[in-house]
Amino acid sequence: MSGTQLLFYIFAAASCLGAVAVVVSQNVVRMAFWLMVSLGSVSGLFFLLHADFVAATQLLIYVGGTVVLLVFGVMLTASGKHVQIPTSPAEGFLAAGIGSLFLAMIVSTVASVNWGDYRAKLDPQYNAIVALLGDDETFQVSEEHPEGVELAKKDVPEEHQQYVWPIYESVNSDALTRAELKSAYQGYKQDNKGNTARPLGLALLGVRPDRDLGKETDDKLSTGYLLPFEIVSVHLLVVLIGAAYLARAKRRVDQVDET
Amino acid sequence: MMHALIAEASISHSLEQQLGLSSGVALLIATFIHAFLLINFFAVVPLFFIWLERKVSGRIQDRLGPTRVGGRFGWLQGLADGIKLIQKEDLVPKAADSMLFRMAPYIVCVASFGAFMFLPFSDGWVAVAADIGLFILLAILSLEVFGIILAGYASGSKWSLYGGMREAAQMVSYEIPVAICALVPIVAVGSLNLNEIGAFQSGWFFNWLIFHDPFCFLAFFVYFTVATASCKRAPFDLAEAESELVGGFHTEYSGMRWSFFFMAEYASMFLVSAVAAYLFLGGWHTGIGPLDDLFVSLRNSSAASGEFEVGSYLANLIGMSVIVVKGSLLVFVQIWIRWTFPRLRIDQVMMTCLKYLVPMSCALFLGAVIWPLLMARMTGNTTWKEPLGKKVSVARPEKAEESTEGREVRQ
Repeated sequence: MSGTQLLFYIFAAASCLGAVAVVVSQNVVRMAFWLMVSLGSVSGLFFLLHADFVAATQLLIYVGGTVVLLVFGVMLTASGKHVQIPTSPAEGFLAAGIGSLFLAMIVSTVASVNWGDYRAKLDPQYNAIVALLGDDETFQVSEEHPEGVELAKKDVPEEHQQYVWPIYESVNSDALTRAELKSAYQGYKQDNKGNTARPLGLALLGVRPDRDLGKETDDKLSTGYLLPFEIVSVHLLVVLIGAAYLARAKRRVDQVDET
Repeated sequence: MMHALIAEASISHSLEQQLGLSSGVALLIATFIHAFLLINFFAVVPLFFIWLERKVSGRIQDRLGPTRVGGRFGWLQGLADGIKLIQKEDLVPKAADSMLFRMAPYIVCVASFGAFMFLPFSDGWVAVAADIGLFILLAILSLEVFGIILAGYASGSKWSLYGGMREAAQMVSYEIPVAICALVPIVAVGSLNLNEIGAFQSGWFFNWLIFHDPFCFLAFFVYFTVATASCKRAPFDLAEAESELVGGFHTEYSGMRWSFFFMAEYASMFLVSAVAAYLFLGGWHTGIGPLDDLFVSLRNSSAASGEFEVGSYLANLIGMSVIVVKGSLLVFVQIWIRWTFPRLRIDQVMMTCLKYLVPMSCALFLGAVIWPLLMARMTGNTTWKEPLGKKVSVARPEKAEESTEGREVRQ
């Protein structure tokens, strides 16, 4: 078992146990603590999967924001009966039923995806390398591409250039043998793991680097997510201002009454 | 680039190549080396700054400060404090929620220490090199408040609860201007990678981002103010206001647990100062053009050979001392501010943030975004200093051009 796998199991176990502890414990602040453990471990899982941006956002929004606000709310309202929340057995059964239904849905969805296909579809650079080298696992030496012959940068077929040229540039070379190209590709992958911020930003603007850049026609670009994102954030802002207004108005009325 | 939570680096690479260890073991050892170096830095920095705080406050109040322990300037005072604190009894009040009470100082410490993982100490000297290092750093640092709030709540004391609540309200508000102000120089550079941000500012000191445009210049002062507040330093230290709340969130703590809070506080003071040095004050560059060129040529002189790169090592060591000096100077300013200004009231603290600092930082951000467009229109010149790390390649050997971010702690 590799170190990454071990860490994966540790974080996965921590996030599951944290989630269980949230349900089992009855003190609101302890629940918040366990929620933090669970959400933080999920963020660790994202880091392990090289989704840096999502991981950092998870920490900032959920652990640093939501849970802090939750505890803040609890502290403002905390008095004897609200701190302990006992659950009745009926509630427990109901929650367990709904929870296991949800779990079944997720498990069946995960099981129905062909993950091997998924990678081939989503990683155009991998596809380009496979097209140039044959299968990158077996690395068969064929007659048209004998191992010792160099493949010049400018000889790369045009549809693969944008994916393969960065690899050439990463080792600062204009011609590589297939073996060199393979190791350069592996090094490039290793160096660029977790660089998700720029593709995410582009996708927000409507350019999916994994889908659109290879296309010759520009009529079928993916839709940008910027507008929906902005609409949601403005919506949240409206809700916040509304809540603040409602909370304020009440106090004003009281003051008028007193005077 | 980002090697997950394990800091895989050239240390692990060299262990693998030269000692013939398997990659897993090499990675593990490298991770321990990184963590060991950082945790020592993390422990020594507060020791020094606590001594500095006492000395500076003494001088400002026309006293001498510590003079007895360790020579004329009392520079072992921090260590003496530490020994005293270790010997103290570890008390947990009866009314406290003992699990959370014990846990809180660790959360504060771990959050502060975790953020150090992403802080480069020189060109490439970073435990975990990440493409979005600044973002991760700020995200991890924002967890510190959770420990403070838990400490306030779990103590089972009114003073602590008030301190914790104030801290929560204050931090939740001040995180917004910190993030927005950090974005202003980011707009100029076009990268969240602290290494690239540092490399962008090579040359004379007027290449530093603080002089990049008027908005960056103003953003530095706003950032420094909110960063001071986010470390809950006076005049924003409402969470532990002695005159009102006894000790605030740490009223019930004693011994080492108490000192953990202060280790984290002083460490994050240095952290936000070092981030300010990266974002505005030139990173590891001295600001004297020819001198920096000299260090770059020192770095490049040994880059060609695959051996132990003495020149590169020396250049990095110099870079590290520049960062430490810049950070320490900014910490000194924070201490100076603490002992000069009176403490604000809690409503004033909140008003300063929400009515002044947030709109100011929003306006600065807007200005910083419009500035390049405006300059391009006015001068008709669109080829000013190019963002997106293009300039990065100037300062390093050709070979490393693409893998800038992959470089990690060397030797």
